[in-house]
Formats: sequence, structure tokens, C-alpha cells
Amino acid sequence: MKVIQTENLSKTFRVGFRQRRVEAVRGLNLEVESGEIFGFLGPNGAGKTTFIKMLLSLIYPTAGTATLLGRPVGDVETRRRIGFLPEQPYFYDYLDGREFLDFFGRFFELETRTRGQRVNDLLARVGLAEAGRLPLRKYSKGMLQRIGMAQALLNDPELVILDEPMSGLDPRGRKEIRDLILELKKQGKTIFFSTHILPDVEMICDRVGIIHQGRLVQLGRLDQILSAEVQSVDLQVKGLNPASQPALEALGASVLEQGGHWLIRVPGQAAADQVLELVRRQHGQLIALAPHRETLEEYFLRQIGNQEGAGS
Amino acid sequence: MKVWAVALNTFKETIRDRILYNLLVFALLMILLTIALGELTIGEEVKVTTDLGLGCISIFGTLIAIFLGIGLVGKEIERKTIYSLVAKPLPRYQFLLGKFAGLFLTILVNLGIMTVAYVGVLYYMAGSFTWPLLQAILLILVELAIIIAAALLFSTFTSPTLSAIFSLAFFVIGRMSEDLRLLGGKSKSILFQHFSQLLYYCLPNLSNYSKLHAAAYGDALSLDLFLQIVGVGILTTAFILGLAMLIFQRRDFT
Repeated sequence: MKVIQTENLSKTFRVGFRQRRVEAVRGLNLEVESGEIFGFLGPNGAGKTTFIKMLLSLIYPTAGTATLLGRPVGDVETRRRIGFLPEQPYFYDYLDGREFLDFFGRFFELETRTRGQRVNDLLARVGLAEAGRLPLRKYSKGMLQRIGMAQALLNDPELVILDEPMSGLDPRGRKEIRDLILELKKQGKTIFFSTHILPDVEMICDRVGIIHQGRLVQLGRLDQILSAEVQSVDLQVKGLNPASQPALEALGASVLEQGGHWLIRVPGQAAADQVLELVRRQHGQLIALAPHRETLEEYFLRQIGNQEGAGS
Repeated sequence: MKVWAVALNTFKETIRDRILYNLLVFALLMILLTIALGELTIGEEVKVTTDLGLGCISIFGTLIAIFLGIGLVGKEIERKTIYSLVAKPLPRYQFLLGKFAGLFLTILVNLGIMTVAYVGVLYYMAGSFTWPLLQAILLILVELAIIIAAALLFSTFTSPTLSAIFSLAFFVIGRMSEDLRLLGGKSKSILFQHFSQLLYYCLPNLSNYSKLHAAAYGDALSLDLFLQIVGVGILTTAFILGLAMLIFQRRDFT
């Protein structure tokens, strides 16, 4: 089942006194399947948040159509089945955590007892059980992000849309959000999240879409997108003759020698094999060998670079 | 239920706002000060106190309505709290209705506090509180409902600063529109004649809700006329809120 489906979705803003046209999203076609974690990537200003806002009817598309859970976006009843965490959430600082969740719970018309139970469970789940009576103005950024996650899950949603959920969090906070996303997937939920923190995407996403200058430039599974070829190999060896350096550099290697330990990076597996042969001939010792495949970050930068090159 | 949830949250928000307390404390001080101002007049102490006290309730009620009203929607958009709300199963018009109801509740409580102080002052001065005075205060409440609706309307499409200017202008022109029309009728300039007519027919005539001097002199409106004015006030409020909902429904939250 297609949980999110957009066809030619576009948004043009008119800005400034002269009403200059800015195309934030251009003809975006996207399908997200049930039960998957979908990472929506793009540099700042690429159109990620505008796209998400169109899905949630915070802004209206200029052209194209979109459906969520099989219903057109804007359908108020469908929102009972959706959870949303906005980017850099700021909530009512005059409420405490418990009051805030209770307030949002009322929009799902949960009974008082169910609502209270749900609030308790969620506060515990996001690690804020002790902070439930603390005013939100005293929450740290990480705590605000967590209470934001809790409000997104109040209705036990089938689809969870998260806009930059890891932005501004420390490594521990990012891990907690990652773990929560994986737990949601285990429960059969669909998670769509935008980010520019690529290692997180590599760790948890089933599929990714890359958006740049309002256009979807790549869409697919990570193992399809990223090249399986070894890009470079790092070798750590000892016992090499110092006179070997020119031979290594002739192989295209970058070499760093420190107290008899050599750190050698060569481009590709063939060059690595030649270095190993040299080490064997000189009766040296291989300490470590690490092949590097293309990372999402490298791929992302290459894609963005190509797009900008083509655009200029 | 959903409208009530927004209303209750708005009530909490506004009663925790410092602006409210500053204005309310100042209003109470002014009401108490009317005793001293009454003492300065000869033979008209009670009438002056009665008149000035009603004026204080009206002016401070209006200031509270405008300064809290303009921030209600603007702050939600500026601080992006609206994003989480609109993504919930809450139609936009219900959000606006809840905002209106919450602020109206706050105004009602404040008007109640000011009225208690005013009644206290009048009992101290004259030992009585009359039906024309209660009628005048109820009309102030209807006028404040119109002003809240106008402040909400302006805040759906413009910044809080501009909303404050527009709302104050709405109040001043609304209070003076009948005088402006009469003045326009006597003017030789055709342009001013038409302009004053336009203002009179486009903006609600708020002087209908300001029967302060008559009330101070003990003149009550007939019940029929009073109910008619209240009815028109409720319809005007509903019309302005409807307009605000239409604009809010079409708005992009960028």
C-alpha cells in the first residue's frame, strides 16, 4: 500500500515587493510504501520542509496532487492516523510537559483516562517521566525534541512524519531518536523523515530520496544507490624499508610514516594488492587493512555537485 | 471538545501574560483614582466617579482585548506552534473559534474584576449600583467581543505590530463613524462626504455600545433597543470571525 503518493507536486512562492517567483518544489513524484523508513535528504533550502508542509496542508501546492494513506492531503480525518514532528519544535512555554501532551491529546478525542495513560506511557518512552511537571521553558533542546516526538505519537499513528528530527541533538540524543524510529518500524509503522545528517540515514533508512533545488534527483534503496565498488583502501603496516616510499607513491598512494609504522591509502583493490606484495617481499608485517566503499555523504555531495554543475 | 481545548489553552496563555496584569493593575488603580477625581468636583462627585469609572472599564477592556488579541494567532505562527496544531485533526476554523472563545473568557473574567472594583467604589460613594450601569457594562462586553474578532481578523494576515495599528484604528473610527458621517454631511468636499459615508457603512458603529454618559445620568435604554443592539453586536462579531476564518483557511504557513 502506498502510504505517501505525490504526483507532479509543485510549490511556487511569490516573494518581495515585486512578487518574484521562487520555485521551492518542482514537479515532485514520490511513493512511500507501508512499513518502510524513508529518508528525505537535501541541503538547506532544497525544498524538504516545503514538501512536508504540503503533505500536512500547512501550505497549499501550486500544482500537482498528493495523497496520505490513500486519502487526499487536507482530509482532516486522515490526520487521526498521522504523527508529525516539525523542525526545531517550539511549544507553549507556559505549559508543563504533561499539560502540553494532554492538550494535544484532546484533538484525538481520547477519553480522559485513556489520555492520561497515553501521556504517562509516552513520557516514560521518551525518557521524560521525571520532567512531566517541569514547564517547557525549562526544557533543553534535546528534551523539547523528545516531548515533540511524544506529541507526534499520541494517537499511535500509522504514518510518522519527522522534519529534521536529529537536528541540533548531541550524539546520545541522535541515537535515542534513531532507536525510537527503529522501534516504530518494528511496530509496523511507516516513517518519513527529512534530514541532512547522513550517517543517521545510512544506519536506519530502507530507501532514500535526494532533493535539490526543488527537484527529486535520486530515489531508491541505499544498496542500489551507493556503489559496491571499493573506492580506496587504508593499510597499516610495519617493517617496510624507507626507500620504498617512491614505489608506493608511484602506485598513487598517500603515505604517512611514524616511528616505523606506515599508514598507506591507495585508490582501489588492485593497488592495495601491489602494496601487500611489496610488504611480503620486504618481510614486513600487515597490521590492519580497511577497504572504503562510497559513503552516502560522498554520493550526496557528488550528486549535488553534478546538479549544480548542470544547472550553471 | 476541540474548540474548548483550544479555548482553555488560550485562556491559560492569556492569564499568564504579563501585559494583562500590567493593564489590569493600572485599570484598578484608575478606578480607585476616580474617587479622588470625584472629590475635586463640586456637587457632581458621584456622576463624575460613575462616568470616569465606566470610561476606565471601557478603555482598559479595549486595550486588553487588542494587545492580547493581536498576539494570539501571530505568536502561534511566529513561534511555529501552529505547525503541530494544524497537523492534528483540528479544522482551521475550529482553531480560530477556540482562540476567540479563550480570549473572550479572559476578557469576561477581567471585566468581572473591574466591575467588582467599580461597584465597590460606587457603593463607597453613593451606596448604590443601578440597572443603566449594568446595561452599559454589558454593552462594553459586546463591543469588546467585536474588537477581539477584529484583532483576530487582522492577525490572520498581517504582523502583530500592524494588527495593533489596524485594531486601534478600527476602534477609534468605529467609535467616531457616526460623528464622521454627520461631519461629512456638512462638508463641502464631495470626496470627504463619500469617504465618511463609506467608513460609516463599512465599519461597525461602535458608539452604539458606548452609552456611558447616559448611564452615568441614570438613563437606561429600553429593553427592546438594548436587545437589538446586543443582537447586532453578536451578528457583527460572527461576520468578522467568518471573514477571519475564510482568510485563515487559505493562508500558507511558511
